[in-house]
Amino acid sequence: MDHGEATTTTEHAPTSSRLGHPLVEMVDVNKHFGDLHVLRDINLTVRKGEVLVVIGPSGSGKSTLCRAINRLETIDSGAIRIDGEPMPEEGRDLARLRADVGMVFQSFNLFAHKTVLDNVTLGPRKVRGTRKDKAREEGLALLDRVGVKNQAHKLPAQLSGGPQQRVAIARSLAMHPKVMLFDEPMSALDPEMINEVLDVMVALAREGMTMVVITHEMGFARKAADRVVFMSDGQIVEEATPEEFFTHPKSDRAKDFLSKILTH
Amino acid sequence: MEQYLEIVRTFDVLGAFWVNIRLAFLASILALVLGSLLALFRISPIPTLRWAGGAYVTVFRNMPLTIIMVFMTLGAWGQLNFVLSRDFDTNFFRLAVVGLAVYHAAFVCEAIRSGVNTVPIGQAEAARAIGLPFLASARLIILPQAFRGAIAPLGNVTIALIKNTTVAAAASVATETSSVMRTMIEFSSSYIYAIFFTFAIGYLILVTPVGLASTYFSQRLAVRR
Repeated sequence: MDHGEATTTTEHAPTSSRLGHPLVEMVDVNKHFGDLHVLRDINLTVRKGEVLVVIGPSGSGKSTLCRAINRLETIDSGAIRIDGEPMPEEGRDLARLRADVGMVFQSFNLFAHKTVLDNVTLGPRKVRGTRKDKAREEGLALLDRVGVKNQAHKLPAQLSGGPQQRVAIARSLAMHPKVMLFDEPMSALDPEMINEVLDVMVALAREGMTMVVITHEMGFARKAADRVVFMSDGQIVEEATPEEFFTHPKSDRAKDFLSKILTH
Repeated sequence: MEQYLEIVRTFDVLGAFWVNIRLAFLASILALVLGSLLALFRISPIPTLRWAGGAYVTVFRNMPLTIIMVFMTLGAWGQLNFVLSRDFDTNFFRLAVVGLAVYHAAFVCEAIRSGVNTVPIGQAEAARAIGLPFLASARLIILPQAFRGAIAPLGNVTIALIKNTTVAAAASVATETSSVMRTMIEFSSSYIYAIFFTFAIGYLILVTPVGLASTYFSQRLAVRR
């Protein structure tokens, strides 16, 4: 397999004028899990206000790519910069940078021993030092925005998947992140819950949030994405506008993948 | 019967139990603090601390309590002049508390670590993702859930600790139950069975509620996922 050929950079990618400066930059990023080369020479730039959808077969490294951006996965070589700042290796500096990068997980990961409201206010209070009543007020406003304000005093386990994921989005938003990462946010949801989460995400995208979304939801990609990146075997194989990618995929691997998921 | 009651009064059996209760209470608190700290070491991102926590647990979990207790008096106090009180008896009592705590902290640490294993990795990742540093995420997210998942094993450690307070005799705490029982039997051997039962039932009364409480709270406080 030729590594170099398939590597693309954002310079060639379509960008509309409303996009700002680069917020997430990945330069020659490589990572191995043992013998498995999960990220191969990844070069990717996400600009302020951009909504990037990463798509690809399972095991293609898209989740690892997403987790590497806030260093939940370490990388072997290359560099990752958030808003111009290189990602620190560990310690307080890393924690500070992570606070600016929101993350929404496939399995929600709400703090199980805390109420919905406490989940949302914990970060602002303990990381940003926001006063309790102000954090509470803002938390309730955010819960209202994602439509779960009436569940504020329940424990996460008392909510079903859709509402839990919306709380998780509110928890991320409470930190006022510069960019938000979504690691397959719909994959663990029952079909009837997907739309409610999708709507919240589309609304976020319309408001100008910078987003990196790992998903198979063509609906979201078509409605809200500025750019689609297709990954396979740890490489970025193709990137294009959603319309272009779904109607005229260039690479054979993308054609093959799309034929598999679009027939269902 | 009257003679038996006379013996129980002369030897202050209740007072002897009170000594063990105080030993158990103070040693549990100290062991809980020390054990939590060790557990924090063992899950910390710093290799040296992880190693230190592991070494402590290996050493003290595998050493007989009697040896630690004898060391507290003959070694720590006798040779190293480790004094915890000017008062002779209080000093031995406190040395015994420290010995019990040092030993049981290793088991507390392992109980909490088993509790940490009940907390899904996603909880720690979510904590890190909102920008909490290690100590804050341990204190606010991991340990509160870990303690609630560790109530049953912590209960077992507490039960063992209460019964092990009788080893304080080895640290020259002469007023505790096993020492008093031995003296009572020496003085009135004809009541040997009655004396045995007195202490056996005493411990049953003391320990049983701990087991019941730990079962109750481990279910009641379990983190729902």
